[in-house]
Amino acid sequence: MKVSYWQLNIIILTILLSIWFLVSFGFGIIWSDHLDEIRIGGFKLGFWFAQQGSIYFFIVIIFVYVFLMNWLDKKFYSESKKTFQDEG
Amino acid sequence: MSLQGLTYLFVGISFAIYIAIAIWSRAQSTSDFYIAGKEVSPIANGMATAADWMSAASFISMAGLIAFLGKDGSVYLMGWTGGYVLLALLLAPYLRKFGKYTVPDFIGTRYYSKAARLVAIICLIFISFTYVAGQMRGVGIVFSRFLEVDINTGVVIGMLIVFFYAVLGGMKGITYTQVAQYCVLIFAYLVPAIFISLLITNNPIPQLGFGDKIAGSSTYLLDKLDQLSIELGFNAYTENSKSNLDIFFITAALMFGTAGLPHVIVRFFTVPKVSDARKSAGYALIFIALLYTTAPAVAAFAKMNFIDSVQEVEYKSAPAWFKNWEEIGLIAWKDKNNDGLINYSSGDALEGVKPSYIDERGRYGERKLLNLPDISNSNEVYIDRDIIVLANPEIAKLPNWVIALVAAGALAAALSTAAGLLLVISSSISHDLMKKILMPKITERQELFFARCAAAVAIFIAGLFGIYPPGFVAQVVAFAFGLAAATIFPALFLGIFYKRLNKEGAIAGMLSGLIATATYISYFKFINPVLNSPDNWLFGISPEGFGFLGMIINFCVALTVSSFYSKPPNEIYQMIDEIRKP
Repeated sequence: MKVSYWQLNIIILTILLSIWFLVSFGFGIIWSDHLDEIRIGGFKLGFWFAQQGSIYFFIVIIFVYVFLMNWLDKKFYSESKKTFQDEG
Repeated sequence: MSLQGLTYLFVGISFAIYIAIAIWSRAQSTSDFYIAGKEVSPIANGMATAADWMSAASFISMAGLIAFLGKDGSVYLMGWTGGYVLLALLLAPYLRKFGKYTVPDFIGTRYYSKAARLVAIICLIFISFTYVAGQMRGVGIVFSRFLEVDINTGVVIGMLIVFFYAVLGGMKGITYTQVAQYCVLIFAYLVPAIFISLLITNNPIPQLGFGDKIAGSSTYLLDKLDQLSIELGFNAYTENSKSNLDIFFITAALMFGTAGLPHVIVRFFTVPKVSDARKSAGYALIFIALLYTTAPAVAAFAKMNFIDSVQEVEYKSAPAWFKNWEEIGLIAWKDKNNDGLINYSSGDALEGVKPSYIDERGRYGERKLLNLPDISNSNEVYIDRDIIVLANPEIAKLPNWVIALVAAGALAAALSTAAGLLLVISSSISHDLMKKILMPKITERQELFFARCAAAVAIFIAGLFGIYPPGFVAQVVAFAFGLAAATIFPALFLGIFYKRLNKEGAIAGMLSGLIATATYISYFKFINPVLNSPDNWLFGISPEGFGFLGMIINFCVALTVSSFYSKPPNEIYQMIDEIRKP
């Protein structure tokens, strides 16, 4: 079975948004107190995720998305302009 | 050169730059005016978005809030950055592909309905005005403290500057001034932060100094803060005091609210290609993160510095900044135990919280207060959280030019956000209300004229908010984010990802989200503020976090109502297929 552009897009979104949820709501809030038992320098890990780490991850998530989508755009929409593959 | 002279110089130079840019980038057409002719590069747009986004609240108030909230303050850090992931992944590329001018434009077209467009316009105007009011107050504070002009004169000067480049340049003028404003504001934020980080921890990078040891000792800064906070009767700095559920909801409401804020969304209409819209969201977040990862460090340094420099110091020999801010009315001291020392601890110093002064001096030269002391605790200091960032360089005894720079930065932050907001207000009125609903026959020239008039009127109203600040400004910020999360975000998200949603479902969803959120927030903030405590909240969700529940209500209502009515017309299906292609 051939996977369409849109389906691949949804798969990418789901994976990246799961990471988004994990680093902010997961590590920064829900499991933050448990992570606090681990220390990196002066930071408790849960506190670090809540005030620093989640933000760094957000940036990485967006740029991974940019990279994957550019690759996807190229795969489906570049040279083969005559036959749009996603509609087949 | 004196502090005041330097401040005039820095503010004057930055204003001159903004005006020069405005003249250079005048808008010629409605496309220029609304979306800068779609020719802004992704990096420039990223900077403009960052300046647009980072308001007086981010620049002036956020670090102060975090300093007093400790770990609870994370809701702002995660909430106001995490929304950009949602924007980049779920909205920006598709809305750019749609290729029109405004947010109500998308909602009106996608749901083939003037009623839907009207609901969107109402939400947009409400959200944006709420926000503008806060910016003008920020301008007023900076002018009165650093330039020693009357707050009202300050607001009028701010209005004139914004008027000049927003009315003349439209989105094009605003975009390029915002790029300049970003540079001013980030420089002004980072310089004192680096100085203070060096001072306290010997580490030049605030993000790392924050987790480092205090200079000349073997104690980590955060451990010391935890210890001091507990000694003074506060919660430990690195621990939450709110419930996890409430923190979850507030963070979510701020994230989804951010993704639904019209003045941020339209920024992604200004880039040439869909791939640029994605990239530009990434750049925007980098530029925003520079400030947002510095803010919690500044908060920790400031708290440390503040406690160090006033705790148990004799009022007579208190530092000059303490007395300067007392003159402005943002610090107050009530000597509860008559020992002449400043005693700072948890709890409100005064009955009625906010100080009201009388025109007399106390034994030590302090301003006398009408308020009775709050005798349930021993705290003697009232400090307005808004002054932490502004006072920080003074507290750390940094050179005058740094203080002057911070004043220019705060003005850049307030003005750039105000301009962006005024633009979405004016374009939703001239384009969506006039052109698309009331007077479809007007020409482009006339529409441009209306856009400029609407911008002028909006600036005038915003200025009035600054001169006569409604007492409820701080309270209604929850409103702006809550409403954006409960109305605009779901309408856009479902519009792109769920083809079957028809106009009946979308309108019912937006209205129920709007009404539920507005009712809940008004009830606890205005109608019955005494009841505003966790015991009375629905499921323990504070009004600040209710927008997320409003969003869930919107989704449920929209999907249910939609299933009772017929499918959207075929053109809509085609249109959605079209925007899903890059």
